[in-house]
Amino acid sequence: MHLDLPPTKIARARDLAVAIVEPVLAQIQRHTTDSVERATLRLMGLEGATDEGVPYPNVLVTHLKARLGEGLAPLVAAAARDCQMSLAELARRVSLKVIDLRKYRPADPQAARTHAERLLRAGLRRIDEQIKAREDFVATLGQGPQPWLYVIVATGNIHEDVVQAQMAARQGADIIAVIRSTAQSLLDYVPEGVTVEGFGGTYATQANFRIMREALDAVSREVGRYVQLVNYASGLCMPEIAAMGALERLDMMLNDSMYGVLFRDINPARTFVDQHFSRMISAYAHIVINTGEDNYLTTADAIEAGHTVLASDLINERFALAAGLPPAQIGLGHAFEVNPAVPDAFLYDLAQALLIREVFPDHPIKYMPPTKHMTGDIFRGYALHTLFNLIGVATGQSIQLLGMLTEAMHTPYLMDRALAIKNARLTFHAARHLGENLELGRDSWIVRRGAEVLDQAIAMLEGVAREGLFAAIAAGRFADIQRPPDGGKGKDGVVPKSPDYVNPLYDLLAEKIDARRPETA
Amino acid sequence: MPDGPKLLDPTKVRPYGDDLGDGAVQMSFTLPVPYSPESAEAARQLARKLGLRDPAVVHGEDLGGYSFFIVYGHTRESVDVTQIRVEKIETNAITREAADEKIRRVFGRKLVVVGACIGADAHTVGIDAIMNMKGYHGHYGLERYAMIDAWNLGAQVPPERLLDVIVEKKADAALVSQVVTQRGFHKQNLTRLVELLEAAGVRERVILICGGPRIDHKLARELGYDAGFGPGSYAEHVAGFIIEKLIERRRLAATT
Repeated sequence: MHLDLPPTKIARARDLAVAIVEPVLAQIQRHTTDSVERATLRLMGLEGATDEGVPYPNVLVTHLKARLGEGLAPLVAAAARDCQMSLAELARRVSLKVIDLRKYRPADPQAARTHAERLLRAGLRRIDEQIKAREDFVATLGQGPQPWLYVIVATGNIHEDVVQAQMAARQGADIIAVIRSTAQSLLDYVPEGVTVEGFGGTYATQANFRIMREALDAVSREVGRYVQLVNYASGLCMPEIAAMGALERLDMMLNDSMYGVLFRDINPARTFVDQHFSRMISAYAHIVINTGEDNYLTTADAIEAGHTVLASDLINERFALAAGLPPAQIGLGHAFEVNPAVPDAFLYDLAQALLIREVFPDHPIKYMPPTKHMTGDIFRGYALHTLFNLIGVATGQSIQLLGMLTEAMHTPYLMDRALAIKNARLTFHAARHLGENLELGRDSWIVRRGAEVLDQAIAMLEGVAREGLFAAIAAGRFADIQRPPDGGKGKDGVVPKSPDYVNPLYDLLAEKIDARRPETA
Repeated sequence: MPDGPKLLDPTKVRPYGDDLGDGAVQMSFTLPVPYSPESAEAARQLARKLGLRDPAVVHGEDLGGYSFFIVYGHTRESVDVTQIRVEKIETNAITREAADEKIRRVFGRKLVVVGACIGADAHTVGIDAIMNMKGYHGHYGLERYAMIDAWNLGAQVPPERLLDVIVEKKADAALVSQVVTQRGFHKQNLTRLVELLEAAGVRERVILICGGPRIDHKLARELGYDAGFGPGSYAEHVAGFIIEKLIERRRLAATT
């Protein structure tokens, strides 16, 4: 089943995305952020927090805020070496005001850089081991067929999450996402340690990542299928979460280039710098990113705004490619959100799903379930999910985020998730080869609708290219939300790089990935 | 006994399956034990303890360690619907055109309405449905009303900030949306806002309304709000309530 969209039009849309993203990349490369520097320190091996719970990376970045533009990695590495102590011990003493690094200059800048590089290589070796471990798992156990069944756990307690996740794996889930506690995206630090309380989800911490990874490894061996783990590299700590995820072998990361700006009112420059750095880390760690275009349709009408999803997917793709992510690691998002009251709603959704599949043939695209049109009527919702699953399998989606019949009510109960998996398995089993057995008439309504949405997306991209991405966001072109370039949270965390900025991580990552890098002198 | 249809006794209403008074109910639940004939029997006994007559465990399966059951049964309980009183929002939804006309006639100025998702809650779907120009399900939001000056502050607004905006804009009404309800989260936020408004001495100057999928009018009143809107509410319900309440307050002010 194909739309057979004109390749020249798809190429035109991609060219426009290049024109939109290119000027932003130039700005990205001139800046660093609090979170980029904290993520770098984490990859150098800095972990832990003060007794008051302030993470050590925050301690050092706050202490050295005036010198962020130089890049903290060499400075901190050299100071720890001069004091003959670990990075954590150094940070602890800084927090106790026993050590003051604000005027500190390494005696030998070249040696400082080399030392930082050595620590970062150790961190990257840990990531290399995780890549190897994942490859071994996939080689020996294999993975389920696509569309992969992606489900969410969100109890607030990591130990209860483990119970729910392992049972979901036994029921047939391929991918487990641990939803974060609400508002974590706006914390300018990553909480430390194991957590058993959260609201609407569970805090993303490195210790929680480790617990869930171990639990999924165990259940993967049991069910004979590698079960993947997802979390959220989004919000003010995007780069740090990406680094922690790489170290703890997460397999996918929610990571959108514009979501934080639009839906969390995070400063645009902060988000663009952070997403680029995060994606470089995910590219290195073989982590698939998931973008959040489904959010455009949570309030906007899915028919009127269908093209905004494609336009944003193309921009997200361009940002991802520039950060060194290959198409196979770019999981672009879209959603089944047409109002079921509209006649032939299913046809609109089918056309949209085919469109995204065809424009992104090599990408592990992620198909999101209805949320806006879910009500307390769980029986109706469950029927709607069958239609959603039928499109998922018939159009060859890669990742199918399963809808929960209690979507409008509460975080999923164990049985809600089990019923969702049952629905998807039944539908996929019944219609596995439906798509390849059907052809659409060249003049059918579905083909014309697909072409129409592509044309609308091109028109939108032309407008954004004309005015520039920052101006377009300020004018409310995306999701009807206006965000000025100088507004938003986390703006103070964006710092221009000085001419002598050093962060050896860029060079080290570049040994493995093909990312656009800052022009160095 | 006559062969005619059974007559409903409204003082003894039971669920209906296929025979008036049969009390038929369906339910499903998970037991935190593996599936086995014993756990299926446990499900049946649980249904009996819930008071169901002739419970039938029609389906049971293992969920990977815990077990899931679907059970049918018949309740013996009944309710007297003639004795039921429910606290409802006493308002009639009016059309947007009628609302604009009424505001123009009665107040002669635009009404100022601010809205937000307060606290850590990031789910704007509710407040957007009521306030955004496009509205929801074909029901336009308050932004489209000519005589309403609508300010949607969006998600994760601290209650303190909402208070500031209410004062600064001299709001006639404030709408607060809360979606996340895990462990009573929503009640803490909603209570906090009322406390702030009272401390600042502005509670009586603004009509305070909350909404969300797990919010009803009774809960809203208990928490110190003028009204609570649950699922199925649209902008015209909220606008209708605000207008009537403002008129009522004005009348009260005139008589004292």
